[in-house]
Amino acid sequence: MSFAEYRELIQDGDTAIVFLGHDSMFPVTIQQGGQTQTKYGVLRHSTDLIGKRYGSKVTCSKGGWVYILYPTPELWTMNLPHRTQILYSTDISMITMMLELKPGSVVCESGTGSGSLSHAIIRTIAPTGHLYTVEFHQQRAEKAMEEFRQHNVDHLVTVKNQDVCKNGFGVSHVADAVFLDIPSPWEAIGHAKDALKIEGGRVCSFSPCIEQVQRTCLALEEHGFTEISTLEILLRIYDVRTVSLQIPDFGKPVEEKESFESSDASKQVSASQQGSALFKSGVSPRESVGHTGYLTFATKSLF
Amino acid sequence: MSSAVLRPCARCVLSSMRRAWRPRKYCVSHTWVVQAAGAVSRMAAPVQLIGEGDYVVLKREDVFKAVQVQRRKKVIFEKQWIYLDNAIGKNYGTMFEITGGGNLQMKSNIVASAEPKEAGADNRNIVDDGKSQKLTREDIEALKEKGIKGQEIVQQLIENSTTFRDKTEFAQEKYIKKKKKKYEANITILKPSTRILAVMYYAREPGKICQLRYDTLAQMLTLGNIHAGSKVLVMETCAGLVLGSVMERMGGYGSVIQMYSGGGPVRAATDCFGFPKSFYETLYEFPLNKLEALISGTGSYSSRVIPAEEEPEKMDEESSRSDNEKQKATQDLVGDCLAESTESMETSLAESEEGVKRCEEVSENHKGGQNVDKKQVAMEKKQKQDERRKREAEAAKLLQDRNADGLIVASRFHPTPLLLTLLEFVAPSRPFVVYCQYKEPLLECYTKLRERGGVINLKLSETWLRNYQVLPDRSHPKLVMSSGGGYILHGITVTRDTTKTNTSCSERTEEPAPKKQKVAEDKS
Repeated sequence: MSFAEYRELIQDGDTAIVFLGHDSMFPVTIQQGGQTQTKYGVLRHSTDLIGKRYGSKVTCSKGGWVYILYPTPELWTMNLPHRTQILYSTDISMITMMLELKPGSVVCESGTGSGSLSHAIIRTIAPTGHLYTVEFHQQRAEKAMEEFRQHNVDHLVTVKNQDVCKNGFGVSHVADAVFLDIPSPWEAIGHAKDALKIEGGRVCSFSPCIEQVQRTCLALEEHGFTEISTLEILLRIYDVRTVSLQIPDFGKPVEEKESFESSDASKQVSASQQGSALFKSGVSPRESVGHTGYLTFATKSLF
Repeated sequence: MSSAVLRPCARCVLSSMRRAWRPRKYCVSHTWVVQAAGAVSRMAAPVQLIGEGDYVVLKREDVFKAVQVQRRKKVIFEKQWIYLDNAIGKNYGTMFEITGGGNLQMKSNIVASAEPKEAGADNRNIVDDGKSQKLTREDIEALKEKGIKGQEIVQQLIENSTTFRDKTEFAQEKYIKKKKKKYEANITILKPSTRILAVMYYAREPGKICQLRYDTLAQMLTLGNIHAGSKVLVMETCAGLVLGSVMERMGGYGSVIQMYSGGGPVRAATDCFGFPKSFYETLYEFPLNKLEALISGTGSYSSRVIPAEEEPEKMDEESSRSDNEKQKATQDLVGDCLAESTESMETSLAESEEGVKRCEEVSENHKGGQNVDKKQVAMEKKQKQDERRKREAEAAKLLQDRNADGLIVASRFHPTPLLLTLLEFVAPSRPFVVYCQYKEPLLECYTKLRERGGVINLKLSETWLRNYQVLPDRSHPKLVMSSGGGYILHGITVTRDTTKTNTSCSERTEEPAPKKQKVAEDKS
């Protein structure tokens, strides 16, 4: 198992995702002789999981079943143990595209946080790129390293425990892209410029507050960055539902009412539901995420 | 690439080899050797310069245009004729000014004019009498004809504006910005990327890419877990933009199988990426209309016997059709240029005349070639056909393994039949993403996929994108872009039950959590 390439079969030491249905899932480390409790009963790793194909349906002890999924950075993002606030796939996708990441890219990131974005970056820049990630919190830095090792991507990433605003990224003129998710990104813009290749590259900063964005934009301009642009991306999820709306009763005779309901959907209406119309709809949930952060992008050019 | 050099230092590598018995802490406690490695990598891969024949993107303000660099070739961009000759050998990202005759001249560093600031507080005394600008249209035209630099014209306009000094500081800035945009034509030449091309296509030709907004494309690539080494199925009618973005993310590792409808795949946008040849070796194509034969295995698709005379002709027709399509795509791009020059009929006439001439040249060349060596041409044709057939057979083989690592669909066709058919070729535990300009077909697709089974975690979504103006004391959202970027349905494949699933299974994935638990408890 590796986050950077697919495998077919579940092996000892893999991180797999146990899918219980309807947004209910969790990660599990596969171990010879290991056991995992689910609400459908116990999963015995040696007999139930190892050697099976990813995507298989696995029956638990109580007769219920789960699916075992291959871990992608996106599934990891949904299931990882939070040590900090994390970036979700919607923002990550925009960051990846606007930073022009691809296999072979060299990327600098700070802070590492819980490693949500790090996994996505590593996936994209593998097998020839490298991620230099800086985290000033020692425990988090160590934990991230441990995860990278466990996920078999440690050859693609280097974690450094230092303050990016004071000491920079520890590399100079090697990066194609720099990403900042820190409270005072404007203090790290100079270091970002230094980390980027001489011939240029892209930079992105993620900040929840507009005041942070303003200071960052000023700093970017002072350091000669161009193409400065700030944007915000929001995800809208739709639940697919069959909705039925009642047809009002105008006191008309029964036959006429029936002729009104001539569409395909209403033919399915059972006797008890007569007088209503069915249709499929994409329904917005009552509440959804209204703001994660502003993404500010800029380009460093040779001149 | 150069980055291959960038590895952890020797100590790291050593300690990683000892990982079995010793927990590693590498690179937290000691410094990297990367700085040196960086220098090496720069030497190993010198900075790439703009070369003849390169596909590049021209940028002026927020307007992009993709072109191929050719010597002595006129390119029209933002109502101006230009020659790109002078850009050859320069760095990507260089900014140019247009000089007389449409030549490019490298722009020296922009020097901010430090003029004494004098500004009004508000506009209570500014009256619009239409006489604030002392320069007449003729004066400005005369200045332009003299070949005076745009920068100076802007300065003249400011000096001759009676109200300029009374404007607020912000209004002055806005005025200058507006004038600069009009008179100072600065063009930057960029290296193509998904970011630039996706933004360009959405702005210039949204109809050709099914209104696929760039943030939506970004979602697709991420949700599809597109990365090096995968085997990805792509079905798109987005001029090859989606295909190109997938190829960029795969970096030439793995394989892409493009499904197409009609005579051949359209790759006008893919070409704009300027991928190295090696990338195309990992790209296969397969016609949708032969899928049924492949699935049912009727006469084993590849060995299907077709009368010897009939087949080549059919292929011929096919290839010419695809050529036509390609030509049409390029013509459309040219047409787009024309749209820019609506102001002057003459230029557009000139352009179309030139186009005609070019066409004639091409056909003449073609004829000439035939006359000179008809046999050779026929041979080449046959070679191409054989190559094509070979590639198609290879694609068929890749499909028949039924172990693709992902499926990306973005087309003008109804998504449901595409999904139901193409998912058969995808391995379990792999993501798939379908784009549709409209929500309703995806609602149906969702329902049909649920009925089919073999998929979980189905999600229907849309993204909203908001751009911001960020300036001191003037920060606000720029424009709202919503419900114009299309919708996405994505999910994960799983193994399908061979036996008919009992009802509780479908319930389990559909029903909310509490009920599900109850079902499980009841069962136990």
